[in-house]
Amino acid sequence: MACATCSTLGSDVATPGDKLLEVEHLFVSFATEVGAAKVLDGVNLTIGVGEIVGLVGESGCGKTTLANAILGILAGNARAQAGSIRFAGEDLLAMPQRRMADQVRGRRITFIPQDPFGSFNPLFTVGAQSRELMKWKSPLRAPSQGRGIAGFFARYPRMRRRADAEAIGQMLRSVQMPDPAAVAGKLPHEFSGGQRQRLMIAFALLPQPQLVIADEPTTALDVTIQAQILKLLKQLAKSRGVSVLFTTHDLGTAYEICDRITVMYAGQEVETAPVDDFFGRPHHPYTVRLLESLPRPGRELREIGGEIPRLIDPPGGCRFHPRCARASEICRRERPPVTSLGGGHQVRCYHPIDAAPP
Amino acid sequence: MSQPPLLEVEGLSRHFPVRNTFGWKIGALRALDGVSLEVRPGETLGIVGESGCGKSTLGKTLAGIHAASGGRIRFEGADITARSAVQRRNVAPKLQYCYQDPGNSLDPRWTVRRSLAEPLIVHSALTQRERDARIAKILEQVGLPLTHLDLYPHELSGGQQRRVGLARILTLHPRLVVLDEPTSGLDVSVQASVLKLLRELQGAFTLTYLFISHDLSVVRTMCNRVAVMYAGRIVEEAPTETVFTAAKHPYTQSLLAAIPDIGGRRITDTFALVGEPPDPVRPPSGCRFRTRCPRAAAVCAATDPPLLRIAPGQAAACLFA
Amino acid sequence: MRAMRDITRKLLGDPSAALGLLIIVVLVAVAVLAPLIATHPEAVWDMNPRHRLLPPSETYLFGTDRMGADIFSRILFGARITLTIAIVAVGAALVIGVPIGLVSGWYGNWLGEALMRVSDVFLAVPQIVLAIAISQTLGPSIENVILALSVTYWPWFTRLVHAEVRALRHETFIEAAIALGVPTWRIVLLHVLPNVVSPIIVRTSIGMGFTILTASALGFLGLGAPPPAPEWGRMISESREFLPEAWWSALAPGLAIFLVVMGFNLLGDGLRDVLDPRIRRGNPGR
Repeated sequence: MACATCSTLGSDVATPGDKLLEVEHLFVSFATEVGAAKVLDGVNLTIGVGEIVGLVGESGCGKTTLANAILGILAGNARAQAGSIRFAGEDLLAMPQRRMADQVRGRRITFIPQDPFGSFNPLFTVGAQSRELMKWKSPLRAPSQGRGIAGFFARYPRMRRRADAEAIGQMLRSVQMPDPAAVAGKLPHEFSGGQRQRLMIAFALLPQPQLVIADEPTTALDVTIQAQILKLLKQLAKSRGVSVLFTTHDLGTAYEICDRITVMYAGQEVETAPVDDFFGRPHHPYTVRLLESLPRPGRELREIGGEIPRLIDPPGGCRFHPRCARASEICRRERPPVTSLGGGHQVRCYHPIDAAPP
Repeated sequence: MSQPPLLEVEGLSRHFPVRNTFGWKIGALRALDGVSLEVRPGETLGIVGESGCGKSTLGKTLAGIHAASGGRIRFEGADITARSAVQRRNVAPKLQYCYQDPGNSLDPRWTVRRSLAEPLIVHSALTQRERDARIAKILEQVGLPLTHLDLYPHELSGGQQRRVGLARILTLHPRLVVLDEPTSGLDVSVQASVLKLLRELQGAFTLTYLFISHDLSVVRTMCNRVAVMYAGRIVEEAPTETVFTAAKHPYTQSLLAAIPDIGGRRITDTFALVGEPPDPVRPPSGCRFRTRCPRAAAVCAATDPPLLRIAPGQAAACLFA
Repeated sequence: MRAMRDITRKLLGDPSAALGLLIIVVLVAVAVLAPLIATHPEAVWDMNPRHRLLPPSETYLFGTDRMGADIFSRILFGARITLTIAIVAVGAALVIGVPIGLVSGWYGNWLGEALMRVSDVFLAVPQIVLAIAISQTLGPSIENVILALSVTYWPWFTRLVHAEVRALRHETFIEAAIALGVPTWRIVLLHVLPNVVSPIIVRTSIGMGFTILTASALGFLGLGAPPPAPEWGRMISESREFLPEAWWSALAPGLAIFLVVMGFNLLGDGLRDVLDPRIRRGNPGR
């Protein structure tokens, strides 16, 4: 759909339909005082070029850990034990730390945080922070330029500085910040929450990345501002052909912005489908119950009984079986494999639900 | 309808002083600016609006946590605007405020048992045995096992903390409960169970709720009537279904247009409202929504529209409603 | 009780805090058991000119002083004086300082302001100068040292409690208690006070060391307990004139003061880490 625009962006962008990111069978565990918590348990995730993929799940399901694993910023007590994260043909797990930091993180994969205020340095103006970002992560900067101590003292070539300043100005206009010159001279606290999130989007797009990871970017915002930000993010991502991984716990938000949705439960993806198919014909019992627990007019509220399993000793077999009405003997015994139901719809269940939810 | 209102609020305002670095008062933040409403016994009145619109301040002022800067609050027919210590002790058991994050409203060093007993020690003459019996009963009603009595707040999950917070308020059998964002920060599946619980408790204790929330879909399933707030004022008030199907104020309409509608048209294609709420220290002249309003005309800057009845049970503060 | 055991276990896990705790335990044991441990209990108070200024030996572990008294035994009995001064002075400072801090912190009005300004006045004068002035005026005695120290130390507790209470007042659970109609005295005593106990304990431990140091300084200046009393500061002062030759008579009390002050400071630092409410309260659910 965005083929015409993305082909203009240069040779490093492949044609749509291609896979940009493929997470396969990823296991990540956290060492804790009481044992290893298996936070990611063989999770799979695919993001195509120019695609907006929603990673949906309740708190503690592992969506933030997955996002951090892709960015290569797992916590100190976390370890990726098996699996691969292939990004544009390269395995990020096998990539040397330094190359990851220099060429991928913040450059080809960027990040939009949930809390836009905590991500700015409160002492520097937005302009100074954007220049600092571009000094290191500008698409014009050669990847090998100035590393280590030498890089710290490296000059910021005047030609590039001018081009980068131009790019910053354009970007501020494209996130609809009024008066870019005035914006650059202000401190982060002088902006409202919605404006700060606009600035964060601008910062994330400035390095011209291939993938943007947005971690619940609208959770802290009011509905009208959320609607504005979703609209802006979708429009910018589509016009630039950038892929987005959008993590959220809010199914409604995911419906608005995503092309495809992956639902996670207790460290595994349980269902993946194109957005209309996902909401129209959900197959996994967890997905169905999740949709039913949304308050909707004219329908009784239905909660999901039980609690989210502990990740230290998760239930055997299917991780959802203790809360699932359809669970049978095999669900208790064996982990369900990922089954493809056609049309890009995949589900990890022995007894998928066929009909649409009531 | 025939019953007298449980709570009547007239022109209530609450201003917070704005001070410069030297501590001089240089202005006022008008968090609440002339709010009037009625709450009838047994109903659930929803208060809806975005952050900074004054809905939390309204709840806290009604509960006596903030002092009112102006206006009147009548509860059960008695004026409780400026509460004396005695009046506060008489009103507190009947008019309770439930915090957005009950985990923080519990003393971190107290067990659940002690926290639940405190209101009874303060407000009742029950013996220890009677207190224990009532606590056990209420804990059961909010769906927690008795084993949780000896846990500390940080040992409970978010949903459980909310249940304890509710139990603590219900020990006194209040008539009116101000629920401040009772489900914000909860996962949808937990939210569903908390909402169900709130409904069950309303029946069991014959409660009246003032339900403050920013989540319109939650308000729609929970409330009989809804008041929409913007920049310290009520801009529209109507029965819930009227608000959702026949809203007259442009702000209400924009708010509704911003809710994701699963299966419907995408707001990323349709949403049109621009800008952000005004600075409450320097609100615009006239109608406060005019700076963002698609229908604003010159007259909106000159006239401050009052909240007027436009249909049976429905009132809106807009010159074009 | 569970909390007590937890705290002790964590303290022992930290080497410097464990050392501090050990020093304090030894100090208390020595003070209590002084008559039993002392090698020459009779020679603490009595003159014994024949044995004056003997170097350390098997009979006199730390040597003897100019009166011929056994320095080792004097140190042991001195521990009693030191500990008494520290406990009573800091205890009195607690009793004065904490309630004032609670009141001034809770009522941020003119009363609170007035109380804080009074404490500022005390803090504006260096503690030692104020203590000297007080003991000088009232005459040298242990009671007056204690009085001087408690009068000069309470503002530290007031400041600390005041700041903590100001912060706590805005905590949701305090506001919730107000909304619930809980009487003020109940809120302050049952909700606020237990939540400021940790910093008070830390400040008490450090204050003990500080007080002992000041008490020794007063003793050194001759403002402490009157002569034959085995007060450590006075012992150093008395040994001054014989210093190059009888170095031992200054070394032992000097070391004793050094160790005890260090012990309280190490313990205080250790307690600060263990009791830090930010670490304890930051415990996420489940």
